[in-house]
Amino acid sequence: MNITRLFTTHRKLLLMGFLILLIAFVLTFPLYGGARTRVLITMLVYAILAMSWAMFSGTTGYMSLAPAAFFGTGIYTTYLLQNHLPLPIIIVAAGLISFVLAVLLGLVTLRLKGIYFTIFTFGLVVFIPNVVTYVEGEVTQHHGWYFNVLDRTIILYTMLGLAVVTVLAIYLIRRSRLGLAMQSIGGNEEAAEHMGIDTTRTKVLTFAISAIFMGAAGAVLAPSLSYSNPTIAYSAFYSFVPIVAAVFGGMGSLQGPIVGGLLFGFLEKTLKVEWNTYFMLGFGIIIVLVILFLPTGMVGLVPILRDKLGGAISKWRKGREGEQHANT
Amino acid sequence: MRILEGQGVTKYFGGLAAISNVDFHVDQGEILGLIGPNGAGKTTLFNLISAALPASSGGMRFKGQKISGLKPHRICQMGIARTFQETKVFGNMPVIQNVLVGAFFGKPTHISGAAAANEATQALEFVGLSATSAAPIKDLTLAQQKRVEVARALATKPELLLLDELMAGLTPTEVGEAMELVTRIRDKGITIIMVEHVMKAIMGISTRVMVLHHGEKIAEGTCNEISCNKTVIDIYLGEETHAAS
Amino acid sequence: MAEAERLLGLITIGILAGGVYGLLAVGLSLQIGVCRVLNITHGEFLMLGGILTFTFSQLGINPLLAPVIVGPILFGLGFLLQATLFRGVKARVPSPSAFEGNALLAAFGVMYVIQYLARIRFGTQSLPSQYLTQPVPYVGINLAVNLIVGFAIAAALGIAVYLFLTRSRVGKAIRATAEDPPTAELMGVNTNTILAVCFGLGGLLAAVAGTLVSMRTPVSTAMGFNNTVIALIVVTLGGLGSVPGSFIAGIIIGIVSMLVAGLWESVLIVPVYYAMLMVLLLVRPTGILGKK
Ligand SMILES: Nc1ncnc2c1ncn2[C@@H]1O[C@H](COP(=O)(O)OP(=O)(O)O)[C@@H](O)[C@H]1O
Ligand SMILES: [Mg+2]
Repeated sequence: MNITRLFTTHRKLLLMGFLILLIAFVLTFPLYGGARTRVLITMLVYAILAMSWAMFSGTTGYMSLAPAAFFGTGIYTTYLLQNHLPLPIIIVAAGLISFVLAVLLGLVTLRLKGIYFTIFTFGLVVFIPNVVTYVEGEVTQHHGWYFNVLDRTIILYTMLGLAVVTVLAIYLIRRSRLGLAMQSIGGNEEAAEHMGIDTTRTKVLTFAISAIFMGAAGAVLAPSLSYSNPTIAYSAFYSFVPIVAAVFGGMGSLQGPIVGGLLFGFLEKTLKVEWNTYFMLGFGIIIVLVILFLPTGMVGLVPILRDKLGGAISKWRKGREGEQHANT
Repeated sequence: MRILEGQGVTKYFGGLAAISNVDFHVDQGEILGLIGPNGAGKTTLFNLISAALPASSGGMRFKGQKISGLKPHRICQMGIARTFQETKVFGNMPVIQNVLVGAFFGKPTHISGAAAANEATQALEFVGLSATSAAPIKDLTLAQQKRVEVARALATKPELLLLDELMAGLTPTEVGEAMELVTRIRDKGITIIMVEHVMKAIMGISTRVMVLHHGEKIAEGTCNEISCNKTVIDIYLGEETHAAS
Repeated sequence: MAEAERLLGLITIGILAGGVYGLLAVGLSLQIGVCRVLNITHGEFLMLGGILTFTFSQLGINPLLAPVIVGPILFGLGFLLQATLFRGVKARVPSPSAFEGNALLAAFGVMYVIQYLARIRFGTQSLPSQYLTQPVPYVGINLAVNLIVGFAIAAALGIAVYLFLTRSRVGKAIRATAEDPPTAELMGVNTNTILAVCFGLGGLLAAVAGTLVSMRTPVSTAMGFNNTVIALIVVTLGGLGSVPGSFIAGIIIGIVSMLVAGLWESVLIVPVYYAMLMVLLLVRPTGILGKK
């Protein structure tokens, strides 16, 4: 069987098999080494953030720096509701609150030019934690958030469930009318308007949908933190991670941000402790190089490598066949 | 019957009146040629009709309905489609998908994926670009991209089509083909306003011609009337002498 | 009476501090308005300006002379970034509309590179860089000399940039490039060089702002980010491409920050900026004095 042909004809099947293996691996992970659960949770969080970010910004070209605002809001929601509601409902609530927040922000800013949108989303990340800090200082007199700690394994599985839901939702959206509308905005917004697309509605809606997953991810992660506060929860780092991860993996596709998020999460948790400075430096350099030379990201390498490899293999086979002919 | 009618349409850019107090109309089923020197305000008039820009004053009616103040996507869904002087294609999609966008979103009613795909294929075939269907749009020549814009506009099932310099930069043979395309569109029952500098094309296929100069309508009539019109000849042949006006 | 004096004092400090914000914002405004790069490394340039000023002062170079060295260095860095990186990004984007997004992402990578290179060299601790801290009594409060000197330098440089942009040949080429690059190119302007000069100029202004900030407060390699945020807010408030707009907005931001911190709560400074920005963009999407 020709390997290249196997890849091209059964790609979907192979991908599916790979996914099932991956899921099986993750499901049984605590059996191999519970200490690594934390790494896996982080990887999933980054994958969710990167996917959701790329779903909106990667397709429309409107660069959002807001992920941290929604992610932090998710964490805060869990803190506020943890003693009143069960976790599943809190997760849904966090998603909804992020959605509403994103709609409000979107209505104000998505009418504006791309650059103003970016500045605004950026401001949000600085705005919300400061307001929360103020409100806490003045009203509740609480400083810092403590969480009812949950078993990490449960958090891992919940996060995995959320990741699967996110993948499915984004997959469906990308294939839907909404996905086409988003893509045409990314292609040429003015033309999109004149082709009957309500661009403002499309942008606000998809921006808000992407916020749901970010908020939910924060809510799920919260019980694994034991302690947090507005500065930690809303850290701008969480806005940067999805961008770095999505660009690294390839923000135009569905797989790219997943690969990028998982990889970034893994590398961060394993390398950053010892190599923090060089790690971030390396990522800065990689981002620049990817933007310049690999616009489709790491996953864009796959078809390139496949072609190269496939070419090499068929050449080798031809050579062998030739040899055989000569022998007979 | 008048399909589109404008009264006192005016557009200021700062102090400059790009369109000043223009009354105009388009009859159902005709090809209205819109001519005038560069900067006369032709594209601006298209932008006002398609709601890309808000008018400073004046009003327009499409099939008797007021359209001033609507958003571009509503205008499109009402049945007015356009192409752009500087092509605006969806550079991140293959050719067929460009057209598909028009088929999907261009009408007020919901349409199934299969029906949209079907319409897109037909529209692409109509402009003679079926062969390039799967190609990335960036691989097409500029003239071909303009045709894709036409197909994309046709896929929205318009009643009125605004063509902005479809024939700019074409060879004489290509101009002939484009003229044939425009006539075929008209024969489908679609009313057309076309901005063109190629006089042969304007005089060859327009039912009526309207002339803009410095944002004002200076002449209007059949091709014969226009080609004999003294002012129009002056403007086209002696721009400089008229610059003071 | 004491209250009124205190208010006057706060406002005065705000105005003086705001001049530096204005200077910082003029640079960013050029980079966004002309080069179309939402340069989120801008604060890192300020950081480099401040840190280098401190480093040179350790070697015995007077901070007031530092801009003469630091300015050209960071002009060069900005020039190179535009001439290589952003030009490269522009050449490779699939459609022109994708440039702004990709340039932002590239700038993002550069931000990390600059910040972490600086950390490797200078660490993360605060460096005591203050200079000219002698107090000058003024309506019941003391103004530090560095505040007054800082404002004077910022204002002088701002006026110089304004004159440069409106009067000089290069300035006119810059404005032509900002408005219509293809036409500028047709008229014989080498837009690639002009864009690089613009970006470099932005870096130079950030560097000088860094020197001025370093005279007032300790510097550290982590200070860039907050200054990027401030610069973005000031630029948005003042409108792209307007030097006076940037300065007016800088001074407004300076006053607001002093009043909010002095009369209310310093964590609310940024939220108040942000609320102002929201309201302003809703009623006037082009900033206070913005044109486009
Ligand atoms: N968006 C705009 N902003 C400012 N001025 C514009 C704008 N669009 C067009 N103009 C000006 O309006 C006038 C008419 O332009 P246009 O309608 O493009 O002319 P035409 O299509 O007839 O060549 C020109 O002077 C042009 O510079
Ligand atoms: Mg025109």
